[in-house]
Amino acid sequence: MSLTIGVPKETAAGEKRVATVPEVVEKLVKLGFAVAVESGAGDLANCSDDSYRAAGAQVVDGAAKLWAAADIVFKVRGPSQDEVGLMREGQTLISFIWPAQNPDLMQQLAARKVTVLAIDALPRVLSRAQKMDALTSQAGVAGYRAVIEAANAFGRFFNGQITAAGKVPPAKVFIAGAGVAGLAAIGTAAGLGAIVRANDTRAEVADQVVSLGGEFVKVDYEEEGSGGGGYAKVMSEGFQQAQREMYAKQAREVDIIITTALIPGKPAPRLITAEMVQSMKPGSVIVDMAAEQGGNCELTEPGQSVVKHGVTIVGYTDLVSRLAKQSSTLYATNLFRLAEELCKTKDGIINVNMEDDAIRGLTVIKDGAITWPAPPLVVAAPKPAAAAAAVPAAKKGHGHGAPSEPMAGSTLAIMFGVAAALFWFIGANAPAAFLGHFTVFVLACFVGYMVVWNVTPALHTPLMSVTNAISSIIAIGALVQIAPPLTEALSVGRPTDAIRWLAVVGIVLTAVNMFGGFAVTHRMLAMFRK
Amino acid sequence: MSESLATVSYIGATILFILSLGGLSSPATSRRGNLYGMIGMALAVLATVFGPRVTAAGIPWIIGAMVVGGSVGFYAARTVQMTQMPELVALMHSLVGLAAVLVGYASYIDTSIQLAGAEKAIHEVEVYIGILIGAVTLSGSLIAFGKLSGKIGGKPLLLPGRHFLNLIGLLVVIWFGKVFLGAHSVDAGMMPLIVMTVIALLFGIHMVMAIGGADMPVVVSMLNSYSGWAAAATGFMLNNDLLIVTGALVGSSGAILSYIMCQAMNRNFISVIAGGFGGGAPAKKVGAGETAEPQGEVVPVNAIETAELLREAKSVIIVPGYGMAVAQAQHTVFEITKHLREKGVNVRFGIHPVAGRMPGHMNVLLAEAKVPYDIVMEMDEINEDFPDTDVTMVIGANDIVNPSAQDDPGSPIAGMPVLEVWKAKTSIVMKRSMASGYAGVDNPLFYKENNRMLFGDAKKMLDEVLVALKS
Repeated sequence: MSLTIGVPKETAAGEKRVATVPEVVEKLVKLGFAVAVESGAGDLANCSDDSYRAAGAQVVDGAAKLWAAADIVFKVRGPSQDEVGLMREGQTLISFIWPAQNPDLMQQLAARKVTVLAIDALPRVLSRAQKMDALTSQAGVAGYRAVIEAANAFGRFFNGQITAAGKVPPAKVFIAGAGVAGLAAIGTAAGLGAIVRANDTRAEVADQVVSLGGEFVKVDYEEEGSGGGGYAKVMSEGFQQAQREMYAKQAREVDIIITTALIPGKPAPRLITAEMVQSMKPGSVIVDMAAEQGGNCELTEPGQSVVKHGVTIVGYTDLVSRLAKQSSTLYATNLFRLAEELCKTKDGIINVNMEDDAIRGLTVIKDGAITWPAPPLVVAAPKPAAAAAAVPAAKKGHGHGAPSEPMAGSTLAIMFGVAAALFWFIGANAPAAFLGHFTVFVLACFVGYMVVWNVTPALHTPLMSVTNAISSIIAIGALVQIAPPLTEALSVGRPTDAIRWLAVVGIVLTAVNMFGGFAVTHRMLAMFRK
Repeated sequence: MSESLATVSYIGATILFILSLGGLSSPATSRRGNLYGMIGMALAVLATVFGPRVTAAGIPWIIGAMVVGGSVGFYAARTVQMTQMPELVALMHSLVGLAAVLVGYASYIDTSIQLAGAEKAIHEVEVYIGILIGAVTLSGSLIAFGKLSGKIGGKPLLLPGRHFLNLIGLLVVIWFGKVFLGAHSVDAGMMPLIVMTVIALLFGIHMVMAIGGADMPVVVSMLNSYSGWAAAATGFMLNNDLLIVTGALVGSSGAILSYIMCQAMNRNFISVIAGGFGGGAPAKKVGAGETAEPQGEVVPVNAIETAELLREAKSVIIVPGYGMAVAQAQHTVFEITKHLREKGVNVRFGIHPVAGRMPGHMNVLLAEAKVPYDIVMEMDEINEDFPDTDVTMVIGANDIVNPSAQDDPGSPIAGMPVLEVWKAKTSIVMKRSMASGYAGVDNPLFYKENNRMLFGDAKKMLDEVLVALKS
């Protein structure tokens, strides 16, 4: 018997999102689930009841009927008091819960003997959990929307233009906090043509900022701010002082500030003071994405857009809902991926497997028992030591083409010693005629070394082929044996025929090599073109 | 032609050979370099044929042999597929080796060379060494040819106590060398010479058999070096400076190429020659115990999704490997490249020094497909650009893009420089299956969250991608 997924209409004020969209309903049905959607659930996200029906969902009138019909409930926001009252034993709820901030809600849910998967409790460091990471997908939407809100409130172009009507300078945007939302904001603002600067206490995000077209502004103070799990931590007083100075400087220079700084479980850090707002140019805009947690700006009024000291301060807490269709689609996909993980058998039955790290982390209440918080994951965190070790190792291989590192003095001394002994031995024993050839030989080795060292790696194959062709010079050896001018005395007893045949075969072999080698090299080189 | 005239011709030929190798240092001058080589060779051969050491009686023989050998060579050069270049080069090395052996024997049985004392001893040592190197080159190249063409399995053959066997072989060769020097007549010296030749042939077989497929680029260039040393030894034997110089040029250039290859793999030259990399590694892996098992899951994509990713990218880097050569996919790769470049996508190629089965193998294949060489980059040139790249497409390569070379000290390929494809926004790996590469090392790249796997034959999948791109 396959289970029914119920999608109620969101009841929180101002919430326009819906937990699943028609495109995803089809996929859920393919997994074997039946899907029931409350009438009007998707209206605010541009998903009509008809479109849900067309995708294979059943549309149910009224929340009570829906909650009664559903085995699994997909929601966006955590359930209200009324909704908790509608739940029955054995039901499964998947939504944002924020268990740390809502202990009462947790108790109430546990009392209903249900199973709750809090999408916000996902262990984000697991790479395979990324597809289920609704925090990331929603933060990305919010970051985009923050820039759009800023652009809306800002009285100028974002991109610089030189027109017949005069020159327009590009807008300067400063983004505080380069998490997912911050990065999305950087990308969006850079895409609109603004000059984007960003800062984050975690130094490792600098590359990501630059990759999106932003400029990373450093705080002039040494401290690492990575708090584990991809979040930032609270920084020391000295750091905060240096940070405030940097923000004050940016406030005087830029036109738009977008703040995204959040520390989990704590009020948002106050980054922008009233004086900084005062120092900004009239017409500037601040978008405070942390308004819900108290705001990064001192003058933010959560949920409002206000103008203070000539600066528009946008403190909307519903940025995500302002892009309801997009955020709903992404959220629905996150939940679908979770459903896939829960229902690996594709028969519409879920299995809350507590052995699975990702599922274990998500599950905050299992059959009425609170299982939050999950034990910390044993994850191979990026080892700084290993990374540091890898760098010098990686550098070693770059010797070719560039002058190689000078050898250690002792090694060099040993090599010279060995060479000297060898040369002495040869000099003491060999006849003069041999030494002439030997001189030529040693010098030729060095010439070969010098010449070949500069060859570009792209031409290694032709080089090999041409040296192979040149090595058929050994034909000379065969040529001089085939019919040397001999005095009568010397030719007596010489196995002339045997030597000639050996030499002829030798010439045939080397001729194959000689002609073939040069011809194939020519063929190859003819193909190298610009 | 007088003796002096022949000598100056030889000097001219030597200079031309040096210019030839120098000319190959850049694509722009490379064709001229090859031409210098041809002229040098023609000059050397003509100066010898018309020089004082060859009488008119020999000329018909020489012409006959040249025509037969030359036509075979031309035919082979014209018909060979570019993907088979490594095999052809290996086969040609074996010819030089065989020629060195034959010339050595001919020189030994030639009673017209009458020497005494130290000169005789040196001549005999030269003959002995010349034949030794020639025989090792001959059998080693034939085995390399077999391995490269798939006639012999790529897995290293590791006999028990193989270093011990080699040592015994060496001692036997030295002992018979002593016997050979002590022999008073040609007939008496023949036996040790033949025994040594057989041991040298076996040694050549054993040496290359023990080397894993991943090390083939090193082997090919090493054999190239040997064929040069064989020519140099023959030059000593015949008192011919041209042979000595040219042999030394070829020998040292091959040795340097081998060295560069080893450096590219962060491997010790001696340990490559000693062999057993491909097979010995897993045991080491278990012993080290630190090798992290890759975690995460593999995300497969199909050709249409790949085309989508490519179409949306602004910059693409293609990393080809041996898989592209096997599937003969270079022409389709170029079609895709051309299509993307017309759309304004910045497409470049990243070539690892040991991609393929001989040094520079990938460059030749791409050149054959008419990919302009200025978008084909070396590893060092392009590695820094991966973070700014939208899509990297890895075609049939594995070990050269393995991140564990950098971040897993327990990995058998730790420290080998690799192309950092995982730093791109998305990487697509085209492979036939999840099987590991020649080094037998699992590749954490496949499990990275920004990696996609496109399973199937490279040519077939790329054709589908091309169709999807054009639609």
